[in-house]
Amino acid sequence: MKNKDMTLILPGAVLFLAAAIVIAIISGSAGIPLKRIFSIIVSGDATPEYSILVDIRLPRIILGFAVGGALSVAGVILQGMFRNPLVEPYTLGISGGAALGAALCIILKLQNAFPAIALPASGFIGSCLVILPLYFVNMRRNIVRMQGILLTGVMTSFISSSLVVLILAISRTEELHSIVFWIMGSLEEPSWVLIIIISVIAVLGLFLSYILTPVLNALSLGEEEAIHLGIDTERTKKQLFILASLLTGISVSLTGIIGFVGLIVPHFVRILTGYDHRKLIIISFLTGAGFLIFCDTIARTAFAPIELPVGVITGIVGGSVFIYILSRRHLPGS
Amino acid sequence: MIELRGLTCGYGDKIVLRDIDLSIRKGQFFGIIGPNGSGKTTMLKAITRLVKAAAGDVFLEGVDMKRLHVNDIARSLAVVSQNMPTLPMTVKEFVLLGRIPYYKRFQFFEGGNDGFIANKAMELTGIAHLKDALMSEMSSGEVQLAFIARGLAQEPKVLLLDEPTSHLDITHQVGILDLVRRLNRQAGLTVVIILHDLNLASEYCDTIALIGDGRVRKCGPPADVLDYQTIEEVYKTVVIVRENPLSGKPFVLIVPEEVKEKWQKGS
Repeated sequence: MKNKDMTLILPGAVLFLAAAIVIAIISGSAGIPLKRIFSIIVSGDATPEYSILVDIRLPRIILGFAVGGALSVAGVILQGMFRNPLVEPYTLGISGGAALGAALCIILKLQNAFPAIALPASGFIGSCLVILPLYFVNMRRNIVRMQGILLTGVMTSFISSSLVVLILAISRTEELHSIVFWIMGSLEEPSWVLIIIISVIAVLGLFLSYILTPVLNALSLGEEEAIHLGIDTERTKKQLFILASLLTGISVSLTGIIGFVGLIVPHFVRILTGYDHRKLIIISFLTGAGFLIFCDTIARTAFAPIELPVGVITGIVGGSVFIYILSRRHLPGS
Repeated sequence: MIELRGLTCGYGDKIVLRDIDLSIRKGQFFGIIGPNGSGKTTMLKAITRLVKAAAGDVFLEGVDMKRLHVNDIARSLAVVSQNMPTLPMTVKEFVLLGRIPYYKRFQFFEGGNDGFIANKAMELTGIAHLKDALMSEMSSGEVQLAFIARGLAQEPKVLLLDEPTSHLDITHQVGILDLVRRLNRQAGLTVVIILHDLNLASEYCDTIALIGDGRVRKCGPPADVLDYQTIEEVYKTVVIVRENPLSGKPFVLIVPEEVKEKWQKGS
C-alpha cells in the first residue's frame, strides 16, 4: 500500500474510469454487445439501439462523470482545508438546502411553469441560501473560522432536513413520492444543456482546484504552518470554500443527494497517493467519476426494470468496499 | 535583522506583551527564556505576524513587517513551531513543502532546483537516509530534524525555533542545538530560539532575553542575564548559579524545597 508511484496509479484510475464507461454502455435491459456499438453509431439514428445508446445511456454516463468527479474534488478540498477526514460535501448543509429547495418546488408545482429547469434551479437556490449565511456568520473581522463553519453547517443541515420532513408530512402522496425520489438521487436528466453546463463546471472546478493544490498541501499541516510557509490563508480559505460549495451545489441540484462519493473516494484515494493533493485531486476526480458511473449501472440493472436510487448503491457498495479495505490494512499510524 | 519597537500585543482584550523593545542582530544566536505564560511564544508569533500587534512595530531588515506579504516573510523567516503535526507523508514530501514560498503563479511541481535544495537541507540535518520514511512513523527527534530541514529548505535569513528540545533526551537536545549552532556559525543563519532549559540557553546563545510578566526583564550575554537574583525574582524559585568549568558559561542549579528547609535549619 506504500506504492505512491503516479506512473502506476494514474493509468490505473484512467483504466477504472474507462472500464466503468464501457460496462455502463453495454449493460442494460436491451443488451448491446460491445462489438456492435461502433456499427450502431456509424449507422446513425435510425435504429432503436442508437437512441438507447445516445439518448438514454450516454447522458447518464456524462452526468455520472461530472457529478462523481465534482463531488470527489469537493470532498478532497473540504477534508484538506478542515483537516478532518470525516467532512464531506454534504456536512456543510449544502445538500439539505438543495433538498429543501427541491421539496418546495415540488409542492408549489413550479415545475409545471418551468418544466426543465424548475427543480435544478430551486435546488441550486436552496443550496446558495444555506451557504451564504454559513459564510457570513463565520467571517468575523475578515477571519474565516473553520470550526465555526463546520458546526454551523451541521446545524443548518439539521434545520433544513427537519423542514424537508415537515414538508413531507403535509404533502400529498404523489408529491411525497417525487420529493423522496428527488432526495435519494438519480442520474436521470433529460436536459442536454444542463448536462453540458455541469460537465464544464466540473472540469473547470478540477482545474481551479488544481491551481490551489500547493495551498492545500500546506493547509493540511494546519493554518499556522501554512502561514509560516507564506500562504495567505484567509484568502485561500475563501477561494477553497466557494469552489467546494459551487461544485457540491451544482451537483446536488441536478442529481439529488448522492451520498458517500465525496466522503469515500478521497479517503480511498488518499490510501493510494498519500497526502500530496496534486495527485490526490486528479486521481479522486477520475475514481469518483468511474465509481458513480459504475454504481449507476448497478442501480439501473440490478432489479430491472425497476431503477434503484443511485445514492443507495453508492452507500452500500462504497461503504462495504471501504470497510473491507480498512480491515485489510495493517499499517500503523495512518 | 529583527527589531521590535514598543511592541504590545495579545489575544483579544488580554494583553500578553507590553511595550517590548528588542533588537536581534544579523548572525546572532538569540535566546528567549522566561517562565510559562510569560509571553515567549506570543513574542515569536508577533515576529511571524500570527499575532497582530496592538501597538508598536516589528521591523525585518529595516522594513515594517506590516508592509510585507506573508510570502515575502516566508522567504526570510522559517519557523519550527512547538506543535508539530505529523501526517503520513514522506520526509522528502514534507521538506519540499518548504519550497512553496518560491512557487511561481501556476507552478504546481517543484523544479529540479527545489529538489536539490531539499536534498541539501536533509543532508545538513542528517536525515537524508530517512527521505522515504513516513513522518507519522518517526521518533520525535527525527521529526524535529525534519522540521528544521523544512525550515532550511525555505532558504531563510532567520530561523525561529520554539522550544525545539522540550521532548528530547540529552543526546538529542545537544544534537539539535549543535546542529543549529553549526548552521548559525557556518552559514551565517540568524537564530531566534525559545528555550525552557536555562543551562542549554546559557551554553548555546550569544544573547539571551529574559521575559517575565510580558516585559523584557533583562537582555544581554548569558553571564549578565543568568545571575541568581534575577532568576529568583522572575521565576520565584531558589537557585544556585555556578560556572561551567569547561565553557565558562553560567549554569543554574535548582534547589528543592526539602533541601532548602534542611539548610535553613542547619544554618
